[in-house]
Amino acid sequence: MDTKRADKTLNIDYRFPKTGWMDTPVEFKQGMFCHGSKPKDLEAVGFPNPREWSSKDKDWKLPANWKEIVLNGMKERLDKYRSFKLFMDICVRCGACADKCHFYIGTGDPKNMPVLRAELLRSVYRRYFTLSGKLFGKTAGARELTEDVIKEWWYYFYQCTECRRCSVFCPYGIDTAEITMIGRELLNLLGLNTNWIAGPVANCYKRGNHLGLEPHTYKSQIEFLLDEIDTLTGIKIEPTFNRKGAEIIFIAPSGDVFADPGTYTAMGYLMLFHELGLDYTWSTYASEGGNFGFFTSNEMGKRLNAKIYAEAKRLGVKWILGGECGHMWRVINQYMDTWNGPADFLEEPLSPITGTKFKNSKTTKFVHIAEFTADLIRHNKLKLDKNRNDNLKVTFHDSCNTSRGMGIFEEPRYIIKNVCNYFYEMPEDTTREKTFCCGSGSGLNATENMEIRMQGGFPRANAVKYVREKNGVNMLANICAIDRAAFPALMDYWVPGVGVTGVHELVANALVMNGEKERTTNLRSESLKLATESTEVTEKDKKQRH
Amino acid sequence: MGISFSLLAVTVLILIAYSGVKFAGLHFFFGVVIPYIAIATFVIGIIYRVVKWGLSPVPFCIPTTCGQQESLPWIKQDKLENPSNTLGVIGRMALEVLFFRSLFRNLKFEVDVANPTEMKDESRVIYSSDKWLWLSGLIFHWSFLIIIVRHLRFFTEQVPSLMRLLENLDGWFQIGLPHFYVTNLVVLLSVTYLFIRRVIIPQVRYISLAADYFPLLLILGIAVTGILMRYFSRVDIVDVKILTIGLVSFRPVIPEGLGIIFYIHLFLVCTLFIYFPFSKLVHMAGVFMSPTRNLANNSRMQRYVNPWNYDVKIHTYSEYEEEFRGKMKKAGIPVEKG
Repeated sequence: MDTKRADKTLNIDYRFPKTGWMDTPVEFKQGMFCHGSKPKDLEAVGFPNPREWSSKDKDWKLPANWKEIVLNGMKERLDKYRSFKLFMDICVRCGACADKCHFYIGTGDPKNMPVLRAELLRSVYRRYFTLSGKLFGKTAGARELTEDVIKEWWYYFYQCTECRRCSVFCPYGIDTAEITMIGRELLNLLGLNTNWIAGPVANCYKRGNHLGLEPHTYKSQIEFLLDEIDTLTGIKIEPTFNRKGAEIIFIAPSGDVFADPGTYTAMGYLMLFHELGLDYTWSTYASEGGNFGFFTSNEMGKRLNAKIYAEAKRLGVKWILGGECGHMWRVINQYMDTWNGPADFLEEPLSPITGTKFKNSKTTKFVHIAEFTADLIRHNKLKLDKNRNDNLKVTFHDSCNTSRGMGIFEEPRYIIKNVCNYFYEMPEDTTREKTFCCGSGSGLNATENMEIRMQGGFPRANAVKYVREKNGVNMLANICAIDRAAFPALMDYWVPGVGVTGVHELVANALVMNGEKERTTNLRSESLKLATESTEVTEKDKKQRH
Repeated sequence: MGISFSLLAVTVLILIAYSGVKFAGLHFFFGVVIPYIAIATFVIGIIYRVVKWGLSPVPFCIPTTCGQQESLPWIKQDKLENPSNTLGVIGRMALEVLFFRSLFRNLKFEVDVANPTEMKDESRVIYSSDKWLWLSGLIFHWSFLIIIVRHLRFFTEQVPSLMRLLENLDGWFQIGLPHFYVTNLVVLLSVTYLFIRRVIIPQVRYISLAADYFPLLLILGIAVTGILMRYFSRVDIVDVKILTIGLVSFRPVIPEGLGIIFYIHLFLVCTLFIYFPFSKLVHMAGVFMSPTRNLANNSRMQRYVNPWNYDVKIHTYSEYEEEFRGKMKKAGIPVEKG
């Protein structure tokens, strides 16, 4: 897809097909789906049925007993997850969720309405697990499980970012993320994953992070950032790796360490911790906060997540501090302790700087860096020069997972308002619990599916465009590594001239460090003079990105 | 297809009651046997469904958080939209069940261009509040509840004073005799609206099944026959009460003179009761069990246990170090085994 084309038009046809959805076969449209998983990646973690296959092929080479596998898989999950069983039963199809999905708004494809996405699975549930479905078939909304149904599942369960926006509006709290997660688990039983998810999972399993950086590379990548910081501030920072006896272990999404503009956020972490004199360590073994395993199956999510507590225990730290990442925090908040706890070898987190006890992380012993930093600012522990961010007019994107699976709204805003003079909110129906997904979450941030990413990201981009026109916003802040990876392309496409930043990049820009030389540029080597239009920002950004 | 099937189904139900009573004279069957079956099916069915859901555990603490989390002491938590304790959850559930909180959020989106199917760069998406579904849903459910409670007068010898108060409130809008109940009109209007929106809103029409039209038409049938009985082909309340008191005291008698409309009304109600536990209508019980609503967002403060949690194979640190020890040492990263 040409993301630079001049005529940016989304041709969305909201009219409905003449045929009912069960009689409308799935059509694999170019740019809307990812490459299929490779056998080596499935083998690396022991996933079933690894094989060469392509999502574009007619024959997906399903195992002979595929139907039995799926139906048994459903049965097992109906018994294991009340959410699944309940959500199969109680939907009244009121339609409240229908136009809440960014993919539906952006594509007009009826099967992207959350209710219909769920019906894709529900129809099979009715046919094989309910009396009415067995007796009345299609009239009762039931259908046979066929290979085409499997393909349809694969196409649409990888067109859902598990963002949970629909679940906010559902009168029964039916959560499509739950349904998509189960749907993906079932597909994984047949060896049907995407390359973009299975690859990072395999990497993370063996090497500790999605990018597959080996320990020395991970370290040298951070050292590269230290050089940048040295150039900027004249301060030499010497963080430690895999150090036993540190007070805190810091876990960040690996995207921050490796890819722009996340690297500026990583520099922010490094500068902040140095300035505080924090007794902390990085880990190359647990070098991933994110968890693409979570996008395949509960078990894989748990297997990848297990490293964090294991490493915290091995190094003998007191508690864990976590970087800015969306689904990482959904996992920490709602899954981690249940999966891999109790972390009774750790202590209740206590800020060594302010003495604040983070009571809300009493059992996980895992503190969000936005909570940590907000607390520092509240206690006046940081010397901040807001004016250094004056070239930025900032808006804040609430990431799906931290919003609807955690509720961290005020902490990042408090930080931004303390480090930036210009902060503007997007329209309220597009922020906080009603925030729109970047369109690339839950492992959809590949390149071959750029079309769906641009379409799914359209509602978010449109809201950014609104504040860009109204307030001259030129920077989209967020606390999610996938946002930082995905938004640059989305902004270039829909709202050129808006950059993307993590909150701790803004913090580091404003942070007056002890012994620093006078700063003439920000972390991105841009002049600190007030820029009315940050065209040079985006030009530079583009170069680094492409 | 769904509509005609449902319409046919309700018509057949009416015909069954009509012919069963009128031609076959099965007064006892329709007046006593079916109601007992219906009540038993309803009660056992609901219990069965709830127990069946209950047997599946909730392995993870997955509330959908719709407000600020409990955080630092100076940050104001949204205790109802993001509760962190049982009290908050009770409040959240009460708002949900009594006032349909989530539906109240409903938005619609529009695109401000001539042709909304061409979303151009300069297009602006506008979201605005859309409360019609919430309003119709809420008044429908409340009216229905009040009507059911009003009907309880048939099952007690003395009408409790609370019920009288409710009747008086409901009947404040008096047109002639008997008192005209507001809920009767409201239930009729709201069900009709819910039906019409299902037919005319393209998204909703596209997803609607027979199972969506049928209960609406069934309830419409119940409401219409009820209203007919009360205001038009007047039924003798005393006769009805003889039947109902007989039923609840397990000494059923069939009084003479109960018109055919009464039997149709009763049969449709019984059908609803029987149908209820095995259809989407169980959302009435299900909403209380929804894990995205009925859990506190406190899994970082309090351990949440998954009953079927099991050990998994992980790539251990020693395996990792084994593979990379050389490179780690070279890079100055500490290792366990020299």
